[in-house]
Amino acid sequence: MTVNKGRIFAALAAMAIFSGALATVMSEKGEAHAAPATKQDAAPAAAPAAVNTFNRLLKGAGERNLPPTEDGIHDPANPGTALLQTPRDAFSTLSKSTGAMGNGVNWVEALKNNQINPRYDRLNPAEEAVVFDLDIVREVKGSMPNVVYPHDRHTMWLDCSNCHPDIFIPQKGANQISMAQIVMGEKCGVCHGKVAFPVGECRRCHSQNKDASGAPAAKAKK
Amino acid sequence: MKKLTKNLLILLPLTAGLLFTAPPEAEAEYADVVINNYSDAAGMRPAIFPHWFHRIRFRCKVCHADLGFKFQAGGNQINMLKIIDGEYCGGCHNGEIAWSVENCDMCHSGKPGTPTQVHGSTVQKLVDPKMVAPGK
Repeated sequence: MTVNKGRIFAALAAMAIFSGALATVMSEKGEAHAAPATKQDAAPAAAPAAVNTFNRLLKGAGERNLPPTEDGIHDPANPGTALLQTPRDAFSTLSKSTGAMGNGVNWVEALKNNQINPRYDRLNPAEEAVVFDLDIVREVKGSMPNVVYPHDRHTMWLDCSNCHPDIFIPQKGANQISMAQIVMGEKCGVCHGKVAFPVGECRRCHSQNKDASGAPAAKAKK
Repeated sequence: MKKLTKNLLILLPLTAGLLFTAPPEAEAEYADVVINNYSDAAGMRPAIFPHWFHRIRFRCKVCHADLGFKFQAGGNQINMLKIIDGEYCGGCHNGEIAWSVENCDMCHSGKPGTPTQVHGSTVQKLVDPKMVAPGK
Protein backbone atom coordinates (compact mmCIF):
# COMPACT_ATOMS: atom_id res chain seq x y z
CA MET A 1 0.00 0.00 0.00
CA THR A 2 2.83 2.34 0.85
CA VAL A 3 4.37 1.62 -2.53
CA ASN A 4 1.06 2.44 -4.12
CA LYS A 5 0.87 5.73 -2.27
CA GLY A 6 4.37 6.52 -3.42
CA ARG A 7 3.41 5.82 -7.01
CA ILE A 8 0.33 7.99 -6.77
CA PHE A 9 2.32 10.78 -5.21
CA ALA A 10 4.92 10.52 -7.95
CA ALA A 11 2.21 10.65 -10.58
CA LEU A 12 0.63 13.71 -8.96
CA ALA A 13 4.00 15.40 -8.71
CA ALA A 14 4.68 14.64 -12.37
CA MET A 15 1.29 16.09 -13.21
CA ALA A 16 2.07 19.22 -11.23
CA ILE A 17 5.45 19.71 -12.88
CA PHE A 18 4.01 19.01 -16.29
CA SER A 19 1.13 21.39 -15.94
CA GLY A 20 3.53 24.01 -14.60
CA ALA A 21 5.65 23.61 -17.70
CA LEU A 22 2.52 23.69 -19.82
CA ALA A 23 1.35 26.94 -18.31
CA THR A 24 4.58 28.58 -19.38
CA VAL A 25 4.49 27.06 -22.85
CA MET A 26 0.85 27.77 -23.50
CA SER A 27 0.72 31.38 -22.48
CA GLU A 28 -2.28 32.07 -24.67
CA LYS A 29 -4.48 29.62 -22.85
CA GLY A 30 -3.26 30.95 -19.53
CA GLU A 31 -4.18 27.71 -17.84
CA ALA A 32 -3.72 27.97 -14.14
CA HIS A 33 -3.90 24.35 -13.13
CA ALA A 34 -0.39 24.32 -11.73
CA ALA A 35 -0.58 22.47 -8.44
CA PRO A 36 0.06 24.24 -5.13
CA ALA A 37 3.29 22.25 -4.89
CA THR A 38 4.84 24.73 -7.36
CA LYS A 39 4.27 27.67 -5.01
CA GLN A 40 7.91 27.71 -4.12
CA ASP A 41 8.90 27.83 -7.79
CA ALA A 42 6.60 30.76 -8.47
CA ALA A 43 8.24 32.93 -5.82
CA PRO A 44 11.06 34.66 -7.79
CA ALA A 45 9.56 37.81 -9.29
CA ALA A 46 12.37 38.08 -11.84
CA ALA A 47 10.93 35.24 -13.93
CA PRO A 48 9.32 36.62 -17.10
CA ALA A 49 5.54 36.64 -17.09
CA ALA A 50 4.29 33.90 -19.38
CA VAL A 51 0.87 35.52 -19.63
CA ASN A 52 0.32 39.13 -20.52
CA THR A 53 -1.65 40.67 -17.67
CA PHE A 54 -3.19 43.36 -19.88
CA ASN A 55 -4.52 41.05 -22.56
CA ARG A 56 -4.15 37.30 -22.45
CA LEU A 57 -4.00 37.15 -26.25
CA LEU A 58 -0.84 39.24 -26.35
CA LYS A 59 2.48 37.53 -25.92
CA GLY A 60 4.03 37.36 -22.50
CA ALA A 61 7.28 39.16 -21.89
CA GLY A 62 9.29 35.96 -21.77
CA GLU A 63 8.54 34.97 -25.34
CA ARG A 64 9.83 38.06 -27.07
CA ASN A 65 13.25 38.69 -28.55
CA LEU A 66 14.20 35.02 -28.56
CA PRO A 67 17.70 34.00 -29.65
CA PRO A 68 17.86 32.98 -33.34
CA THR A 69 18.39 29.31 -32.46
CA GLU A 70 14.97 29.21 -30.76
CA ASP A 71 12.87 31.63 -32.77
CA GLY A 72 11.21 29.11 -35.08
CA ILE A 73 12.40 30.76 -38.31
CA HIS A 74 16.14 30.21 -38.14
CA ASP A 75 17.41 26.69 -38.64
CA PRO A 76 19.14 25.58 -35.41
CA ALA A 77 21.03 22.96 -37.45
CA ASN A 78 22.72 25.71 -39.45
CA PRO A 79 26.19 26.45 -38.02
CA GLY A 80 25.85 30.18 -38.74
CA THR A 81 22.68 30.53 -36.68
CA ALA A 82 24.55 30.22 -33.40
CA LEU A 83 26.89 33.04 -34.42
CA LEU A 84 24.10 35.59 -34.81
CA GLN A 85 23.52 38.21 -32.15
CA THR A 86 20.56 37.73 -29.82
CA PRO A 87 18.03 40.60 -29.89
CA ARG A 88 17.75 40.60 -26.10
CA ASP A 89 21.45 41.39 -25.73
CA ALA A 90 21.19 44.27 -28.16
CA PHE A 91 17.98 45.70 -26.68
CA SER A 92 18.96 45.57 -23.01
CA THR A 93 20.31 49.13 -23.01
CA LEU A 94 17.67 50.68 -25.33
CA SER A 95 14.58 52.72 -24.40
CA LYS A 96 11.53 50.54 -24.04
CA SER A 97 8.33 51.03 -25.98
CA THR A 98 5.16 51.59 -23.96
CA GLY A 99 3.10 49.04 -25.87
CA ALA A 100 3.45 45.30 -25.92
CA MET A 101 4.07 45.17 -29.65
CA GLY A 102 6.91 45.28 -32.14
CA ASN A 103 10.40 44.70 -30.80
CA GLY A 104 9.50 46.36 -27.50
CA VAL A 105 12.06 49.07 -28.31
CA ASN A 106 11.28 52.76 -28.66
CA TRP A 107 13.60 53.35 -31.60
CA VAL A 108 13.01 57.10 -31.84
CA GLU A 109 13.89 57.57 -28.17
CA ALA A 110 16.89 55.28 -28.49
CA LEU A 111 18.19 57.43 -31.34
CA LYS A 112 17.42 60.74 -29.60
CA ASN A 113 19.13 59.58 -26.40
CA ASN A 114 22.24 58.46 -28.30
CA GLN A 115 21.80 54.87 -27.18
CA ILE A 116 22.39 53.95 -30.80
CA ASN A 117 24.34 55.80 -33.46
CA PRO A 118 23.20 54.43 -36.82
CA ARG A 119 24.95 55.81 -39.89
CA TYR A 120 23.01 58.18 -42.15
CA ASP A 121 25.49 57.57 -44.94
CA ARG A 122 26.78 54.18 -45.98
CA LEU A 123 30.43 55.24 -45.98
CA ASN A 124 30.72 58.33 -43.83
CA PRO A 125 30.00 57.69 -40.14
CA ALA A 126 30.10 61.43 -39.38
CA GLU A 127 27.36 62.51 -41.78
CA GLU A 128 24.44 64.14 -40.00
CA ALA A 129 20.82 63.44 -40.86
CA VAL A 130 18.87 66.16 -42.70
CA VAL A 131 16.02 66.62 -40.24
CA PHE A 132 12.93 68.43 -41.50
CA ASP A 133 10.76 69.76 -38.67
CA LEU A 134 7.19 70.16 -39.87
CA ASP A 135 4.09 68.70 -38.25
CA ILE A 136 1.18 67.83 -40.51
CA VAL A 137 -2.22 67.77 -38.83
CA ARG A 138 -4.78 65.54 -40.47
CA GLU A 139 -8.29 66.28 -39.32
CA VAL A 140 -10.04 62.96 -39.09
CA LYS A 141 -13.68 61.99 -39.25
CA GLY A 142 -15.69 60.94 -36.22
CA SER A 143 -14.66 61.33 -32.64
CA MET A 144 -11.07 60.17 -32.97
CA PRO A 145 -8.47 62.81 -32.14
CA ASN A 146 -6.72 64.35 -35.12
CA VAL A 147 -3.55 62.81 -36.44
CA VAL A 148 -0.35 64.77 -36.00
CA TYR A 149 2.33 63.53 -38.35
CA PRO A 150 5.80 64.62 -37.20
CA HIS A 151 8.25 64.97 -40.07
CA ASP A 152 11.18 65.40 -37.69
CA ARG A 153 11.38 61.92 -36.24
CA HIS A 154 10.68 60.37 -39.63
CA THR A 155 13.45 62.32 -41.40
CA MET A 156 15.87 61.26 -38.66
CA TRP A 157 15.62 57.81 -40.18
CA LEU A 158 14.38 58.22 -43.73
CA ASP A 159 14.92 60.18 -46.91
CA CYS A 160 12.09 62.31 -48.39
CA SER A 161 12.12 60.06 -51.46
CA ASN A 162 11.16 57.06 -49.36
CA CYS A 163 7.62 58.39 -48.97
CA HIS A 164 7.24 61.17 -51.56
CA PRO A 165 5.72 60.98 -54.06
CA ASP A 166 5.08 57.24 -54.36
CA ILE A 167 3.37 56.62 -51.03
CA PHE A 168 2.19 60.13 -50.17
CA ILE A 169 1.63 62.93 -52.70
CA PRO A 170 3.29 65.98 -51.07
CA GLN A 171 0.22 68.15 -51.32
CA LYS A 172 -2.45 69.05 -48.77
CA GLY A 173 -5.67 67.10 -49.28
CA ALA A 174 -4.23 64.88 -52.00
CA ASN A 175 -3.98 61.72 -49.89
CA GLN A 176 -6.96 59.65 -48.86
CA ILE A 177 -5.89 57.47 -45.95
CA SER A 178 -8.00 54.92 -44.08
CA MET A 179 -7.17 52.59 -41.22
CA ALA A 180 -8.18 49.67 -43.44
CA GLN A 181 -5.43 50.61 -45.89
CA ILE A 182 -2.94 51.01 -43.07
CA VAL A 183 -3.54 47.61 -41.45
CA MET A 184 -3.31 46.02 -44.90
CA GLY A 185 0.15 47.48 -45.39
CA GLU A 186 -0.52 50.59 -47.47
CA LYS A 187 0.21 54.26 -46.72
CA CYS A 188 1.54 54.51 -43.13
CA GLY A 189 1.24 50.70 -43.04
CA VAL A 190 4.15 50.32 -45.46
CA CYS A 191 6.30 50.65 -42.32
CA HIS A 192 3.92 50.81 -39.33
CA GLY A 193 2.90 47.21 -38.72
CA LYS A 194 5.90 45.80 -40.54
CA VAL A 195 9.01 47.36 -39.04
CA ALA A 196 7.95 50.54 -37.21
CA PHE A 197 5.54 50.36 -34.26
CA PRO A 198 2.25 48.65 -35.20
CA VAL A 199 -0.99 50.62 -35.25
CA GLY A 200 -2.47 49.06 -32.11
CA GLU A 201 -1.74 52.13 -30.03
CA CYS A 202 -4.16 54.67 -31.52
CA ARG A 203 -3.02 57.68 -29.51
CA ARG A 204 0.53 57.60 -30.73
CA CYS A 205 -0.74 59.06 -34.03
CA HIS A 206 -4.22 60.29 -33.11
CA SER A 207 -2.76 62.68 -30.59
CA GLN A 208 -4.55 66.03 -31.08
CA ASN A 209 -7.77 66.31 -29.10
CA LYS A 210 -10.63 68.24 -30.64
CA ASP A 211 -13.71 69.82 -29.11
CA ALA A 212 -17.34 68.93 -29.91
CA SER A 213 -17.32 70.96 -33.15
CA GLY A 214 -14.30 69.04 -34.40
CA ALA A 215 -11.89 71.96 -34.09
CA PRO A 216 -8.56 71.27 -32.41
CA ALA A 217 -8.98 71.75 -28.66
CA ALA A 218 -5.39 72.36 -27.73
CA LYS A 219 -1.96 72.17 -29.19
CA ALA A 220 -1.03 68.58 -29.64
CA LYS A 221 1.54 67.00 -27.46
CA LYS A 222 4.65 66.51 -29.50
CA MET B 1 -5.89 -4.68 -12.88
CA LYS B 2 -4.26 -2.81 -10.05
CA LYS B 3 -1.11 -2.46 -12.08
CA LEU B 4 -3.08 -1.11 -15.01
CA THR B 5 -4.65 1.59 -12.82
CA LYS B 6 -1.23 2.52 -11.52
CA ASN B 7 0.17 2.77 -15.01
CA LEU B 8 -2.81 4.78 -16.14
CA LEU B 9 -2.25 7.20 -13.30
CA ILE B 10 1.24 7.85 -14.55
CA LEU B 11 0.42 7.83 -18.23
CA LEU B 12 -2.66 10.04 -18.09
CA PRO B 13 -0.97 13.30 -17.21
CA LEU B 14 1.74 12.62 -19.75
CA THR B 15 -0.67 11.95 -22.62
CA ALA B 16 -2.82 14.88 -21.56
CA GLY B 17 0.31 16.99 -21.68
CA LEU B 18 1.08 15.81 -25.19
CA LEU B 19 -2.45 16.59 -26.33
CA PHE B 20 -2.36 20.13 -25.03
CA THR B 21 1.16 20.96 -26.17
CA ALA B 22 0.79 22.88 -29.41
CA PRO B 23 3.69 22.75 -31.89
CA PRO B 24 6.17 25.51 -31.03
CA GLU B 25 5.09 28.77 -32.57
CA ALA B 26 7.55 30.81 -34.59
CA GLU B 27 8.51 33.74 -32.39
CA ALA B 28 11.18 35.30 -34.54
CA GLU B 29 11.92 38.96 -34.13
CA TYR B 30 9.45 41.58 -35.33
CA ALA B 31 10.36 42.67 -38.87
CA ASP B 32 12.77 39.84 -39.60
CA VAL B 33 12.51 39.45 -43.38
CA VAL B 34 12.68 35.95 -44.85
CA ILE B 35 13.76 36.02 -48.51
CA ASN B 36 13.09 32.82 -50.35
CA ASN B 37 12.77 33.89 -53.97
CA TYR B 38 15.39 31.47 -55.25
CA SER B 39 16.98 29.81 -52.18
CA ASP B 40 14.86 26.69 -51.87
CA ALA B 41 15.15 25.96 -55.59
CA ALA B 42 18.92 26.41 -55.38
CA GLY B 43 19.23 24.06 -52.42
CA MET B 44 20.18 26.83 -50.00
CA ARG B 45 18.44 27.76 -46.78
CA PRO B 46 16.33 30.92 -47.19
CA ALA B 47 18.09 34.17 -46.28
CA ILE B 48 16.92 36.01 -43.15
CA PHE B 49 17.44 39.74 -42.88
CA PRO B 50 17.20 41.01 -39.28
CA HIS B 51 15.87 44.56 -39.49
CA TRP B 52 16.57 45.26 -35.80
CA PHE B 53 20.26 44.40 -36.12
CA HIS B 54 20.72 46.68 -39.09
CA ARG B 55 18.74 49.66 -37.79
CA ILE B 56 21.00 49.83 -34.76
CA ARG B 57 23.85 50.47 -37.19
CA PHE B 58 22.26 52.20 -40.19
CA ARG B 59 19.25 54.43 -40.74
CA CYS B 60 16.48 53.27 -43.06
CA LYS B 61 17.68 55.78 -45.67
CA VAL B 62 20.95 53.97 -46.35
CA CYS B 63 19.32 50.82 -47.70
CA HIS B 64 15.91 52.06 -48.78
CA ALA B 65 17.01 55.26 -50.51
CA ASP B 66 20.73 54.92 -51.33
CA LEU B 67 20.89 51.18 -52.06
CA GLY B 68 17.43 51.02 -53.60
CA PHE B 69 15.76 48.31 -51.54
CA LYS B 70 12.00 48.48 -52.16
CA PHE B 71 9.71 48.33 -49.14
CA GLN B 72 8.55 44.85 -50.07
CA ALA B 73 9.71 41.45 -48.89
CA GLY B 74 10.84 39.47 -51.91
CA GLY B 75 10.25 42.45 -54.18
CA ASN B 76 13.89 43.16 -54.98
CA GLN B 77 14.95 40.10 -57.00
CA ILE B 78 18.25 39.92 -55.17
CA ASN B 79 20.70 37.23 -56.27
CA MET B 80 24.30 36.47 -55.39
CA LEU B 81 25.62 37.88 -58.68
CA LYS B 82 24.16 41.30 -57.86
CA ILE B 83 25.49 41.12 -54.31
CA ILE B 84 29.02 40.27 -55.49
CA ASP B 85 28.75 43.17 -57.96
CA GLY B 86 28.10 45.50 -55.03
CA GLU B 87 24.35 45.89 -55.40
CA TYR B 88 21.80 45.43 -52.59
CA CYS B 89 23.43 43.60 -49.62
CA GLY B 90 26.74 43.86 -51.49
CA GLY B 91 26.77 47.63 -50.90
CA CYS B 92 28.09 46.84 -47.42
CA HIS B 93 28.69 43.08 -47.30
CA ASN B 94 31.91 43.36 -49.27
CA GLY B 95 34.55 42.74 -46.60
CA GLU B 96 35.02 46.48 -46.05
CA ILE B 97 31.95 47.86 -44.31
CA ALA B 98 30.62 44.48 -43.21
CA TRP B 99 31.74 40.88 -43.58
CA SER B 100 31.67 39.53 -47.11
CA VAL B 101 29.69 36.87 -48.93
CA GLU B 102 31.83 33.87 -48.06
CA ASN B 103 29.89 33.64 -44.78
CA CYS B 104 27.00 31.95 -46.59
CA ASP B 105 25.28 30.54 -43.54
CA MET B 106 25.12 33.80 -41.62
CA CYS B 107 22.37 35.00 -44.01
CA HIS B 108 21.16 31.69 -45.43
CA SER B 109 20.10 30.57 -41.99
CA GLY B 110 16.35 29.97 -42.30
CA LYS B 111 14.57 26.67 -42.00
CA PRO B 112 14.26 25.21 -45.50
CA GLY B 113 10.82 25.88 -46.94
CA THR B 114 10.12 29.03 -44.93
CA PRO B 115 8.12 31.34 -47.21
CA THR B 116 9.15 34.90 -48.06
CA GLN B 117 7.67 37.18 -45.40
CA VAL B 118 8.06 40.12 -43.07
CA HIS B 119 7.83 38.21 -39.83
CA GLY B 120 5.25 39.40 -37.30
CA SER B 121 3.70 42.01 -39.57
CA THR B 122 0.09 43.09 -39.09
CA VAL B 123 -0.78 41.87 -42.58
CA GLN B 124 0.71 38.48 -41.85
CA LYS B 125 -1.32 38.16 -38.66
CA LEU B 126 -4.55 39.28 -40.35
CA VAL B 127 -4.32 37.58 -43.70
CA ASP B 128 -2.23 34.47 -43.41
CA PRO B 129 -1.07 33.55 -39.93
CA LYS B 130 -0.14 30.06 -41.12
CA MET B 131 2.37 31.35 -43.65
CA VAL B 132 5.00 31.69 -40.97
CA ALA B 133 7.13 28.60 -40.76
CA PRO B 134 7.32 25.29 -42.59
CA GLY B 135 4.95 22.58 -41.46
CA LYS B 136 2.43 24.96 -40.00
